[in-house]
Order: sequence, then C-alpha cells, then structure tokens
Amino acid sequence: MGALAVDEAIRRARTYPHGVVSYVGADGYPMSVAAGHVDAPDGELVLGPLAPKLLPKNGTEVGVIFSHIRPQPGIGYDERRYVDMWGPAQVKGGLLRLRPTTATGWDEAETPFFEYAERNVGRGRDYLEKAGARPHLSAFWTVFLATRLPFLTATIIPVALGGAIAGHDGRFHWGWWALCLLAGIAAHLGINVINDVADADSGSDAANVTPTPFSGGSRVIQYGLVSRRTMVVTAAGLYAVAAVIGLVLALTRSTELLWFGAVGLVLGYGYTAGPFRFVHRGLGEPVVALGFGPLMTAGTYLAITRSFSWESVYASLPVGILCALILYVNQIPDRTADAATNKRTLIVRWPAARVVAGYAIAAGLAFALVVAGPILGITPAWTLIGLGGAWWAVQTYRPLAERYDAPYALMPVMQSNIVAHLVTGLLLVAGYLIAALV
Amino acid sequence: MSIMELVELPPEVVELLRVALVAELTVVDGRGRPVSYPLIPFWDGSRVLFTSAVLFSRKLEHIAANPKVSVSLSDPVAMQGVPFHRAVIQGDAQVRSDEDPHTSWERLLPLWRAKEPAIDMFVKRRFGIPLFFERHTIEVEPKKVFLWRDGDTSQAPEVSTPRVLAVS
Repeated sequence: MGALAVDEAIRRARTYPHGVVSYVGADGYPMSVAAGHVDAPDGELVLGPLAPKLLPKNGTEVGVIFSHIRPQPGIGYDERRYVDMWGPAQVKGGLLRLRPTTATGWDEAETPFFEYAERNVGRGRDYLEKAGARPHLSAFWTVFLATRLPFLTATIIPVALGGAIAGHDGRFHWGWWALCLLAGIAAHLGINVINDVADADSGSDAANVTPTPFSGGSRVIQYGLVSRRTMVVTAAGLYAVAAVIGLVLALTRSTELLWFGAVGLVLGYGYTAGPFRFVHRGLGEPVVALGFGPLMTAGTYLAITRSFSWESVYASLPVGILCALILYVNQIPDRTADAATNKRTLIVRWPAARVVAGYAIAAGLAFALVVAGPILGITPAWTLIGLGGAWWAVQTYRPLAERYDAPYALMPVMQSNIVAHLVTGLLLVAGYLIAALV
Repeated sequence: MSIMELVELPPEVVELLRVALVAELTVVDGRGRPVSYPLIPFWDGSRVLFTSAVLFSRKLEHIAANPKVSVSLSDPVAMQGVPFHRAVIQGDAQVRSDEDPHTSWERLLPLWRAKEPAIDMFVKRRFGIPLFFERHTIEVEPKKVFLWRDGDTSQAPEVSTPRVLAVS
C-alpha cells in the first residue's frame, strides 16, 4: 500500500465498476457496502444510490476501496490492484459524495508482488519481534540460502578444469584434486557468507527491494533467519577449513600454493568487505575473473602436479571472464540500491548502453580466447568445443538492453548467463578429457 | 469429547463465502477510521477466516486494538459466476497471535488451495519469500449479516443474526 495523489486515485477509481464504502456505525462496527459510480465533477466521487438506512451521516469519515482481481481457473487469480481513499461524506438524495483527502493503492502491474512484499520486510520483522516470534526455515534451506549453495558451480568448474589439464598431462590424482575442490568450496562459501555480512553492514542488501534468486544477496540477515554473528562465525569457520586444507596442500605439494591461498583469501574477503572493498571501487569483475579463473585452475594444477602451468592460466581465462560476467549481469537489478549505499560497481558507474556493450566485449573476448588457444598451440584443438557455451552468452546479450530496467524479467537472462559459464567450462573440461583419450 | 460450535448463516452468504476469491475486510484504525483490505475469505462453519502475512501486519495490529470488523462480499467477478448476491458480515475478530506464525496458518491450506490452487507452488518455494509464510490467522465471529439479493444495494438489505449451534 503506497500513498497516491488524490486526483490520481480518483482517476483510477473511475476505472473500477464499483467501490465499497465503509464507515464506523453507532454500534462501533464498521459498515461496508458496495456502490456504483455516478457521474461526478473533478476532484469528487459520487457513489450510489444506496438504501437510505445504509448511508452514513453527513460529515462522517468514510473510506472507499475499489479493488480488482482477474480469476484464473485452476490457478487462483491475478491482476491484483486496488485504490483506497478517505474523506468526509456528503449525503444527498441517496448518493454519497466524497472529496477524498488521502488515498493509497497498489497495482501489481506497477509494483510486482515480490517487490511489494520486500518493501514490507521491516514491518514484518517488527511485528514478529513484538509477538515474541522469529522467522525460520528448515536447517537445509537456511544453509542453502545463507551460503548461496547453487553458485558453487563457479568453483567446481575452474577446479575441474585444473584437474582435466593435469589429466591431459597424465598427472591427475583424485585425492589431491578432491582436496583442492574441498578447499575451493569452503573458501567460496566463506566468501559468500562474509559478503552478505558486508552488504548488510553497508546497507546495500537492505536497500534492495527487488532481490531475485540471482541477485540481492541471500537476505538471511535482512529476514532475521540468521544473525549477523552466526554469519561471521560461519564465514570464519569456512575460511579456517579452506586455510587448513590449503596449508596441508602447501606443505605436502608445493609451498608456492601459499601465494595462491593468500591472494585468494584477500580477494575473496576483500570483494565487499573492508579495507579493500574491491566491488565498491568498480574492481569486482577483475577480482572475480582472477579468483574464479587462473587462481583456482592453476592452483589446482599446481597442487596436483607440483608444477606451475601457464597453459592452465590461459585455459582458465574464458572461465574466469564468464564468471565475472555472472557478477556483472547480476548487479544490474541491484544497481539502484548499490548506488544509494555508495557501492559503486561498474554497473553503477556506467550507463546502460556501455554495460550492455561491455558484456558483448567481455563475452566475445572469452570465446576469442577459446578459439585462439588451439591456434596459438596453447590448448588442445578439442577445447574448441567450449564455443558451445556461446549460444547461452548470446541468449544473455540479446534481451539485456530491453530488460535492463525490469529486475524480474532479467531472471531468465541471469540464468542463461550462469549456464553460459557452466556449459563453456564443462565443454572445456570435456575438451581436455577427450584430448587426453584420443 | 470435543465440542465444535457451528454458526448458521443464510445459505446465500455461505455460498458467497465458499466461492469468493476476494472479500473486503474492514477494520477500524487507531484514529477511528475504517480501513479495508482485499483478502481471500474462508468459512469453516463457525468463523470467517483470513490469514495475513506478517509483512502486511497493520491490519493485525488494528484488530488487536479494536476487534470490531466487517466483511464485504461485493465483487461479482470474484464470485465466479455464482448467482449473485451481496453481503456484509459484521463481527468480532481475533488475531490468533498465540499460534506459531510459521505453521499454524497451514490448517487453512485445504480451504486456501480450493480457491487458489497455485498456493501449493508458492508453499513449496517458501524459502524464496520466507516472511510471506510467517502468518497469523484472523477469525471473525459473525454478529450480524446483511444480505442484498441480486446485489442491489439501493434496496434495504435482509438483516439477520447468526444462530449459534453446538454440535458435539
């Protein structure tokens, strides 16, 4: 329910076939009775005729609500909207004249239900607190949300690629690879959790009223599902797991891994958290490209083979760029809240046309690197199958400009962008495995 | 042995409550002003029931302060082709704030599902909008019923007082 200008409320009210007039009767109960419109001058509503005994006394404060739904058999209904207004009643000849003084309303075509609900989160939490209750979900869904588990593909792909390159070189080892994956997962989940804490502290997630499953953070802190303290402890625990595994790998495989681990932890922690706050400085994308590309792939290769490989660095660049593009596109619906809280991502800094062009250039670069690898003799020819992921990048790019200002319409675009990263990465892994076998 | 109270309303009103996708619940705010909310009404044979997410809790607070409410069944579109009448039920409302907002409203799901089958899909995905599924139930005990046959409110309504039956 948002405030409406009275003239606008009257204009809207006239599009409804009837309203429900309410007033408080002498017995203290509200009376609410439906009435149709009668022609009225500007700034006024005339409703009726109503049975004389149903009319309020002159000067009584009345409310009138005009509401609409469209039944959808087998589903329920849609097209929810209403206009609500109040003012003193003037009664004459069975008609009720109203010059509204205040008005509110909601139209889900203008404010989608999920945004409407999000705008009321503060009210909901206050109510629950007063009621002595707190919201909760099952442990599974709480962990699922708090850690943003589905985004783990961003870690699984580069670690798998590092393993595939090692396999192509005849040096794969399941045990070391599994430890790399475990360390990567723990670090990634820790990053996700600490980023939520940082976004809660900066206010950017709370200011975001159009979150989607792909953007706007996990919101477990905003919804009161998990306390900030629990999130901090969880992040610390996950970082500790990553650090311990990293130390084991460094001590048993290669001390150079300490550099990979240190850089990874700084980039991950500093993505949104202070003092670096890379994403606030418009550096989020290169940080993600580095962390979820060369750092993970070359680090995995190093841990498995005990040797550094420039090929693994090169092969991971498309994966890193496409991963950065996930963040890039997912920040589009967040940009108003980000701007309001001084989280100056590239999306906040750039106009829409440049953002869209930036996507095309970066995605184009990722797939150009896939093509150039075999031509330059860096990667096997079979890695060219990685180009298959370009189809989803095109599906992301094409509607991007048109849906730029519609957060919920961007959801399939964001999804297709994630699939572009996933498919490209899996095909590059497959390319290396095929090359190893043939 | 449990005692279940049944309340007799005019059959036309029961039928409106059975099919209505939307009713206007009018409450009285702290300034004595009527405020109406479009909500799905349910009838369990004793009370008119609504459920409200804590996100939209203002009505719950108004009712807690002043339980006198009315329920208007007025929109022919929302009555889905049932022979059309209009009705208003005045009554005393109670917010079941003593119940767990996480699960207590689920007892209304069979009635809710009958009117809005899509609710099952949303309930399955409640993790996506968790505060929407923290809800309290509003129970309205009918005190007086106004019925306009054929929906013509320019005519005086038939007014009745609900009869309370006790069934063991």
